[in-house]
Amino acid sequence: MEETLAHPLEKYLRTEKLPHMWCPGCGIGTVVQAFLRAVDELKIEQDKVVAVSGIGCTGRIPQYIKFDGAHVLHGRAIPVALGIKLARPDLKVVVFGGDGDLASIGGNHLMHAARRNADLIVIMVNNFIYGLTGGQVAPTTPKEATTYTSPYGPDSKPLDAVKLVSAAGGTFVARWSTAYPVLLKESIKRAFSHRGFSFIEVISQCPELFGRINNFKSTYEIYQKIKKVGTIRRGISPYDAKYDWNSEISLGEFVNFEAPSYYDQLREIIEKAKGVKE
Amino acid sequence: METIAKSIWKRLPLSSNYAVAYAARDSDVDEIAAYPITPQTTVVEKLSEFIANGELLAEMVHVESEHSAMSASIGASAAGARAFTATSSQGLELMHELLHIASGMRLPIVMSVAARALSAPLSIWGDYSDVMNTRDTSWITIIASSAQEVYDSIVQAYRIAESVMLPVMVAYDGFMMSHTYEPVFVSEKAGLFRDYIPRKGRVVLDTKKPVTMGAVANPDWYYETKYQQVKAMSDAYGLSVEADQTFSKLYGRGYGLVEEYNVDNSELVILTYGGIFGTVKQAVDEMREQGIPVGAARVRLFRPFPLNELRSLLLKSKAVAVLDRSFSNGLPVSGPLAVELKSMMNSYNINVPVYSYIVGLGQRTVTEADISKIASQALSSKVSNESIYWGVRE
Ligand SMILES: Cc1ncc(C[n+]2csc(CCOP(=O)(O)OP(=O)(O)O)c2C)c(N)n1
Ligand code: SF4
Repeated sequence: MEETLAHPLEKYLRTEKLPHMWCPGCGIGTVVQAFLRAVDELKIEQDKVVAVSGIGCTGRIPQYIKFDGAHVLHGRAIPVALGIKLARPDLKVVVFGGDGDLASIGGNHLMHAARRNADLIVIMVNNFIYGLTGGQVAPTTPKEATTYTSPYGPDSKPLDAVKLVSAAGGTFVARWSTAYPVLLKESIKRAFSHRGFSFIEVISQCPELFGRINNFKSTYEIYQKIKKVGTIRRGISPYDAKYDWNSEISLGEFVNFEAPSYYDQLREIIEKAKGVKE
Repeated sequence: METIAKSIWKRLPLSSNYAVAYAARDSDVDEIAAYPITPQTTVVEKLSEFIANGELLAEMVHVESEHSAMSASIGASAAGARAFTATSSQGLELMHELLHIASGMRLPIVMSVAARALSAPLSIWGDYSDVMNTRDTSWITIIASSAQEVYDSIVQAYRIAESVMLPVMVAYDGFMMSHTYEPVFVSEKAGLFRDYIPRKGRVVLDTKKPVTMGAVANPDWYYETKYQQVKAMSDAYGLSVEADQTFSKLYGRGYGLVEEYNVDNSELVILTYGGIFGTVKQAVDEMREQGIPVGAARVRLFRPFPLNELRSLLLKSKAVAVLDRSFSNGLPVSGPLAVELKSMMNSYNINVPVYSYIVGLGQRTVTEADISKIASQALSSKVSNESIYWGVRE
């Protein structure tokens, strides 16, 4: 009888929860894999990571990976994560969310976490649509695409989260796609060593809804489109990065600099209030 | 009714969600602002289709949250538009502070709610926790029990709202109704309800006659303004009766505010609301066949509370078992309908045993057998004074 080998990342998976709820060909699995490989390669202790999410297909990630976690309300993962981080600054707190979860209903929290340079890693899976609720228009939906609530295309132009987070003050801002899992993994590793707010957007395929509604005949077809439209641009400013479904969605690390994190700033104020001079 | 049915209706297989969308279309709404949430989503998808196909001339805003959905509805309604929105569960919770603004500004917004459980733990399934949490928001609240009634109630809701200037929500079971199909008569052509829900003048934002809505009210006027809402809610009672009766006269379908089923000669009445009434009626039929004297009733209008209809029901009842799909934690009797019924009975000196049962939370299945067991327990009179959490594993 053939012996089944354990998956190399099995120790990070809640195998009892499998099979997972994601559709065949969904890009979310690639993001999970890149994340777990990053944790594994960095040898971060499992009990030093907390995974927090709101609601969405992406929001289900913490349910399948073996870290402490919280699955909270749609849009509210970031403030909950911030609370966890402030109570336990020794932990690495990671937020997973969809583009609806983080850039629509939770957009305000995203902006303010970036402004504060909050000590969080936020991984946003952008599949251009609301997945879990069955294919409605998202703030990231390209003008050229349709959804069940925008049968003739969205009424306004899409939001480029990279520019939003950069302008708000994020100190580590990157965008990758499921077509570049290794580069994504390396970027997540850098986010882990970054002090302050790290934001990584991952352009991902939702073959089941976005793909189906927009006439991509297979996962392969939509994956090819994502591969083609994603263009790696090293060293460009986030404001020169493109978010255009027809020509280019720029990929890369657009912002990476050191600045006092939210925690540092709080410490500073506490010291000031105590009247203690360093 | 048959003749009316033949001439003006088209009979379609519709889920309650689609019935909502058809009703909003046939009510000729001007503005829709919504955010998707299971199990409401197909309401908005259908409406998007109607607008895109030119079947409904309305503006649709795909807002970034339910908080914005109700805010946009408030803005549109204040500016004179006939506003519509739809939500469920956490979406209704997120709207909560705006619900008070809509009723306080006296805006005739109509909203459909596919009733669903609340987190945590996360449940997308049906119960009435979301709707019951809005009891103090001064929204007129209708709870329907069939897709046809959902359709008719949305249309009636505009008549009530625009007469009394309070918003109306029309609720129905998430999933059990939002996602199951029933035959529904919808209007064959546009304009059927034009005279039933005529465009009336009301105070709106108008640059030629400027007003400020929701302005500051200090202690000298806040109380009076709120009292006006109390009076409006009380007026809404008669207007709800009128809206239903006129609808029935014109279109051949009416529901009343409390629906009774086999109440005469019963030893026990099972009182509830929403789609579960179908199961209850079936159970009543089965029990009656076995000679068990049981009847049923359901509250269709939850706010304002239908005092007269319930009083006349209670006068005919020897005992009442109330089935609630929600609970108000911390009270010995925690079912919202049971609590309100008891409070009303106290005010009117009516003394009938009332047994409170909590059922169907987070879509826990309730079968005819459950209803029969509840009935025989209630008939034995060996029932606790406190709410019974039916079937729970302790
Ligand atoms: C307050 C509230 N409103 C709406 C919803 C319904 N809802 C759940 S997930 C979701 C959006 C899903 O899209 P996205 O965040 O992009 O994640 P994806 O499923 O695509 O990964 C919505 C609207 C909710 N759970 N709570
Ligand atoms: S609906 Fe789309 S995003 Fe959700 S699991 Fe399926 S493919 Fe993935």
